[in-house]
Amino acid sequence: MSEMTEIIVDTTRRIFEDLGDPQTIINAKDDSWRAPLWAALDDGGLTRAWADEAAGGAGLSVSDTFEIIRVAGAHAVAVPLVPHLLAVWLCSRAGMALPEGVMTVAAPTGDALPTLAADGTLKGLIGPVAHVDQAGHLAVMAATADGPVAVLVAVDAAMSDPGSDQAGDGLAMVRLDGVTPVASASVDVTAEDVQALGAAMAAMAVAGAFEGALKMCVAYSQDRVAFGRPIAKFQAVQHLLARLAEETAAVVAAAASAAFALETAARPMDAFVDIATAKIRAGEAASEGGLIAHQVHGAIGFTADHPLHRYVQRMWSWRDQFGREAVWAERLGRHFAAQGGDAFWKTITAA
Amino acid sequence: MSQAIQFDPIRLPDAAEDLRSEVRAFLADNAEHLDRPSRRGFDHEFARKVAAKGWIGLTWPKEYGGQERSFLERYVITEEFLVARAPSQVYFTADRQSGPVILKYGDEELKRQVLPRIIAGECTFAIGMSEPDSGSDLFAAKAKAERTNEGWRLNGTKVWTTAAHEADYMIGLFRTSPATKENRRHGLTQFLVDMKKPGIQTRPILWPNGDHDFNEVVFEDVDLPANHLLGEEDNAWMQATAELAYERSGPERFLETIAVLIELVNLVGPTPDSRAAEGLGRLVAQLFTLRRMSISVAGMLAAGKEPVLEASIVKDLGTVWMQKLPDICRDLGALIDRDLAARQRFEAALTSNMLIAPKLTIQGGTTEILRGIIARGLGLR
Repeated sequence: MSEMTEIIVDTTRRIFEDLGDPQTIINAKDDSWRAPLWAALDDGGLTRAWADEAAGGAGLSVSDTFEIIRVAGAHAVAVPLVPHLLAVWLCSRAGMALPEGVMTVAAPTGDALPTLAADGTLKGLIGPVAHVDQAGHLAVMAATADGPVAVLVAVDAAMSDPGSDQAGDGLAMVRLDGVTPVASASVDVTAEDVQALGAAMAAMAVAGAFEGALKMCVAYSQDRVAFGRPIAKFQAVQHLLARLAEETAAVVAAAASAAFALETAARPMDAFVDIATAKIRAGEAASEGGLIAHQVHGAIGFTADHPLHRYVQRMWSWRDQFGREAVWAERLGRHFAAQGGDAFWKTITAA
Repeated sequence: MSQAIQFDPIRLPDAAEDLRSEVRAFLADNAEHLDRPSRRGFDHEFARKVAAKGWIGLTWPKEYGGQERSFLERYVITEEFLVARAPSQVYFTADRQSGPVILKYGDEELKRQVLPRIIAGECTFAIGMSEPDSGSDLFAAKAKAERTNEGWRLNGTKVWTTAAHEADYMIGLFRTSPATKENRRHGLTQFLVDMKKPGIQTRPILWPNGDHDFNEVVFEDVDLPANHLLGEEDNAWMQATAELAYERSGPERFLETIAVLIELVNLVGPTPDSRAAEGLGRLVAQLFTLRRMSISVAGMLAAGKEPVLEASIVKDLGTVWMQKLPDICRDLGALIDRDLAARQRFEAALTSNMLIAPKLTIQGGTTEILRGIIARGLGLR
């Protein structure tokens, strides 16, 4: 890790520890923590991490921005940093000015894209969009007669059906019919690129949540005494935690590799194999990992007052965003099948 | 946690990728040696050809005949050979771990005597660890080495010893002192044993499919010169730890059953249905992650670090994965009905790999032992 990256990671960690500690948030029982946390991230330049300095951003690299996401995941952060940063990326890429406040993003692909008509109005139902309840603006790709463009929509102008994801964050289908975007611009990426970058970011957030959950589980197992000794001393518990550590390692490695591949990719889909791998592996790991984390904690972990559920619910909601494992697995499988068995290994080593 | 788990994104350097093309060309030129399961991998002619390329002992010092090339270049040769099912049994163990042990702990005479022979592809090694009453519990070993006027005298039995019947040498663990109360791992010493010495009897133990890989090796008053002791008397346990990182994280820990996956790709064809495509995609993602992790560990080793915990993680994830792989492919391939020739190749690969699957999580440290090591790394023990 470069010195610059270390400073960024430290700053991010301090902000989350001071203002976004999961136990403190649980104890607060209201939303009073939300505004100061976002303001601190904003002041630190983290909400515009990878936007160009000319556009008011911090000009960070992809991998440094992914380190911010990893730290956010490790604190089970309850603010919309992932969709916001993806919206920042899309706006920057399209040369659109960044609006004030929180943004979110939708990543429909193919026929699900909304359309932008010649009269400047949108049509389409998109989503589910994460954190739409907290966002002022929504960035999305839209189809036009001349090909896809990036658009920015004021959330107030669109209709949404409020709902929430597993972590209790706002999640809604958004109807854009008749809405005029606040900005639109052609852009050198496709809807698939937006979804792919989102998938890689979600995988990194899951990786961070795993790191946070593993730390909690190890600490709890050493602390909790049953049958006369810390439960960490029982082989059955040790093997559960070893499995959790393995899954943590796999997700961290896959997500870090995707971030690394994105660093040199002209467009996110150039890193398709690494990104698909990271999203699939993160989602698969979360199935077993979340359950192990709860099993190790016993009943206390399955309470509203204990912070564990925030980590597990967040890994389970992040893995649902930007395409579930099955979606990416089918694409990845088709990609390899098309090359044929004789080229299988060459395709693996070429990625 | 006592230590953080580290898997930095590392890519193979250009030199390694250049070597890959050369390795693939070599394998294409030697196709008659590949994928011949009946020979159990002991192909001396092939070993000499590999040696002629300078690919055995690739990373070792030039003064003993090595090339002083990087560990990551060796990685490429290993993975390409595994996928091509190249018969590397003659030298594989010697190249991976026995040679490095001799380099580190052998005296000058031993190095000059043995290393050039390994590099020439003329020297097969066996590892003598398990015994009839001590397998996973390595430190319960009883086979003993006693001091004589000239050196050491061995007595006892080793078992499950791969390749002993073909081996020129064994590096074995022998008891030189009783364990102490404070440290039950104390008292074992590593020795280099010339397998052609009088007093050594090797008996085959067949696998369930009839293959001969395992052996029982009995030592009766086998005399060794003093300089065949490797490292420190009674302290073999301290020497073993770092070396295990090399043994545990290589591509052989997830590629042994890869043939079934490749035949599955052929079976499902270029435009599979959703079920086959999705199942294949998951397997690719799992394999791809394992390879990234394994290369990450290789990169850390090349950089002089000792990623012992990470290597154990790769071995456990990798061996459990390659053990399940034939079974998952069996299921994914079951509903495909299109190409009879591909079906036949698939079924053949499936049968042979299902037969070896059970051993994959036993050899070189069982799942349970590995998870214990990982738990220790987490600070739980």
